[in-house]
Order: sequence, then structure tokens, then C-alpha cells
Amino acid sequence: MSESPLAMRLSRLAAIFLFFVPLAAAAQNMRVLHEERSLYRNIVVYEADSLRCLKFGRSAQDRQSCVMLKNPNQLVFEYTRMMMAMLYLNPHPGRILIIGLGGGTLPVTLAKLVPDAQIDVVEIDPAVVKVARDYFGFKTGPAMQVYEEDGRVFVKHRQREGAHYDLVVLDAFNEQYIPEHMLTREFLAEVKSILTPRGVVAANTFATSGLYDHESATYDAVFGSFYALKSKNRVILVRLGNLPDHAELEANARSLEERLRVFGTSESWLLPMFEVESGWSRKARVLTDQYSPANLLNSR
Amino acid sequence: MVATPPSAGRGRLRTLVIFGIAGWSGYFVMALELLAGRITAPYFGTGIYVWGAVITVFMLALSAGYLLGGSLSTRDPRISRLGGLLILAALTALPVAWLSDPSFNWIFDHIHDPRYGSLLGTTLIFFVPTGLCGAISPYAVRLLVTRTDGSGASAGRLYFVSTFGSAAGTIVTSFYLVLKFDVNQIVVGMIVVSCVIGFAACAARKWLG
Repeated sequence: MSESPLAMRLSRLAAIFLFFVPLAAAAQNMRVLHEERSLYRNIVVYEADSLRCLKFGRSAQDRQSCVMLKNPNQLVFEYTRMMMAMLYLNPHPGRILIIGLGGGTLPVTLAKLVPDAQIDVVEIDPAVVKVARDYFGFKTGPAMQVYEEDGRVFVKHRQREGAHYDLVVLDAFNEQYIPEHMLTREFLAEVKSILTPRGVVAANTFATSGLYDHESATYDAVFGSFYALKSKNRVILVRLGNLPDHAELEANARSLEERLRVFGTSESWLLPMFEVESGWSRKARVLTDQYSPANLLNSR
Repeated sequence: MVATPPSAGRGRLRTLVIFGIAGWSGYFVMALELLAGRITAPYFGTGIYVWGAVITVFMLALSAGYLLGGSLSTRDPRISRLGGLLILAALTALPVAWLSDPSFNWIFDHIHDPRYGSLLGTTLIFFVPTGLCGAISPYAVRLLVTRTDGSGASAGRLYFVSTFGSAAGTIVTSFYLVLKFDVNQIVVGMIVVSCVIGFAACAARKWLG
């Protein structure tokens, strides 16, 4: 292969050009509605391609939440549709705790799916709460409380008060940053202590990275065996007492099918994804308050 | 009275030991500070105010330590006492490993605001060892200075070594040690190293002058 340096340079230029032109076009129909630097991150709310999205940071991969403007019920992100499988483990949770608000997709959807539920949401960043209210239709009221504090501190306080939840949803992580004190054996044990006897935990986690084995080992250390639904993300589902067998999952799925379809998810898509997680290295070290380099492991 | 080194070779070794102690105490302080963030997180979170509390307490402790070290250095300064300061700092860091959980638990139950909780917790556990580390720098300056016109140069070199040690303690701990070891293993490891360095300085005091 003998390509002249000039030809190489030209072809590189062409590549750069071809790469940037579509980006520029995409940027043209992107409309920024709100931009701010909060205590914890850069927050951008924008509209593009009939979606309204919240992102932390610069690139489109930093999107936290999106709603479809013409059909706000439709869950845009695959992981949020996968998270709905938590209701297969308990279709009628009375008290729900959600850690991590983002654009409010999960609390808003759960409030529609389980209208009787009392939902507590914990979000560390007051700016995110405001943006969720102003741009994503997140409303608080007697059945939907939001607490602006650290998730771990909130859980510890609830534990001391003796509060219990039927469902705890952990959605405080993203690719860029994991609050490491919320991915340890001690934290999960605290979460376990605020669950009702057949309480469910649903966690949005990572499907690929050096963290996978450690995270699996840590959940296993606290809860024993758990379900995992895998795609780009991994949704971990746990139930105290026992994991439901397939017949129970199917029965619950059937009872929810009508309601879930509105949100763009279905039994035929979700049920086959259920598997009892077993594919992790048993040698992996459990993450603890003493050993929690989750971000370093995640970047491997 | 200004200490005069017994010979050029011994004098150089003595200077090296003093720099070694100062550099290591810089390492120790910053590694402790980083780990303080780790230790407080389960009780008070990782909000900006927790780091604010940790940094405030470390700065206050260091400033108090500078006063203490400066005043100690006016009474019969000896390299063995510098070693003694390091040993003392290390021993008072033992509660970091053994008492932080029970005391933070107690504070968590009694102080609801995580800002003041983390401020009190960090003060209880970290103030004394950090302050004693702070006392090392001015004391070391006193041991190094032989002539008034060179005092600035001595102090400058000492700040260089101790701050360089702090940089090393920060990067080594946050990049590498946390991937391998438990927080307490790192703390106890540093306590052991501090004691070894401190005792070595004490043992060699006659020879080093």
C-alpha cells in the first residue's frame, strides 16, 4: 500500500467533512430550551426530532431522559421500558421509593401505572427537580413527594425511622459518574432493611464494563440470586423471600399487559429477557464501603 | 542556638531524613483527606458540602499544627522529636480505622443536617492527626536552618518536599491504592510506614545529631 501523504491528508479531510456535515444538520433542528450549570453538573434541556430531552454534559450520549412530544406516554429509552419489568415481581406496590429523578420518566410512569401508590423520589440536585417540573411534567403532591438529598443519607434516615417500601428503584447512575457509596454491600443492606417482606428492588446498571462482575457479586452477597434483563443496560430485579417463578411472572405480565402497552412495552418483549443472573466471575471482589472504586472499574 | 552538623556526609543524611519526614507527612495528610471523603460518604453523602467540611477541617487542623510546630521548635529542637511528632500523628490516626463508624453512626442519629454532621465527624476523627502532621513542617524548618540568610531557601525546599509529598499521596491513593486495598488497609499501612520512619529518626538521633 503506497498512498501519498497528500492523498492521505485529503481523504482524512473528506472523512472529517463527511462526519461533520450530518452533525451540523442535526444541530440545526436542535432547539435548546434551557441550559444551566448546577452544583453537580451541566444541565441542558433541548428539543430535536420531536423529542424533548434532558442531558447532563455535552454529547447526545449524555441524555438522561427524553419524552416524545406527540406521545408523552411512550417510553423513549430502552432501559426505562425494561425497568417496567419490576412490576412483574409485584404488580401492586403500595409504597415506592425512587432514587434518582432525571427527567422524572420513571416516577411519572409509575404514578400512571399504579395510581394508588405513595411514591417518594430522592434527587440530590435541586436544579434537576426544577427542570423535571418545568419541562417534563413532573408534579408533586400528596402521592408524590420529592426529597432533595443524597440517596444514601435518605435511605439511612428511613431505616432509622422504620419506614418500609414495597418497591425501591435505583436509578442514580450514568455512564459518566457513579455515586460510589450507593454501589456497596452496606448500601444494598440498608436498602434491604427498608423493604417489606416481599419487597422488590429494581436497579438500572451497566451491561458491559469492568464493573459487571463486581456489581453482580455485590448484589448476590446481599440478596442472593437475582433476575437480570440485559441489553445496552442491565436491569437487576430482586425480590425478598423468593424470586417469582416463570408462571408467576407470566400471570403478572398478563394482568399488566393492557396498561403497559400504552408505554411502549409488552410481555412478549420483556418476558424472554428474564434470566437468573449467573454469568459473572465468582472471584470478583464484592464492593463495600471499604472498597468501592466503582468509577475506576467502570472505565475499564 | 543553631545546630551544626558533625560532618558533611552525616549532615547530608540528616537533611535527607528531615526532608523524608516532611515529604511523608505531606503524603499522609493528603491521603487521609481523600479517604476522609470515603469514610464520611455512607453517613453524610458526597455532596459539595461534605467536601467543604472535610477541606475546612483539614485546613484548620494544619493551621493549628503550624502554630504548634513553630512553638515546639523554640525549645531544644531535635530530630528525634521530629520523628516523635510523626509517630504521634500516626498513632492518633488509629481511630480513623477503628472509631469512625461508631462515632459517625452516633452523629448521624443526633445531627440531622449532613453539613454539620460531616463537619463534626471529620473534626473528631481527623483534626488531631492532621494537626500533628502540620506541626512537622515548621519544626523541620527549624532543624534545617543553619544560617539566617539561607532560611528562606531552606523553608522553600521544605515546602517543595512536603507539598510534593502531598501531591504524591493524592495521586497514588486515588488512582491506584483504592483499586487494590480497603480504606482501612491503606490507613493502617500508612500508620505503619509513619512509625517506621519516626522510629528510624529517633534511633539515629545520636548519629545524626
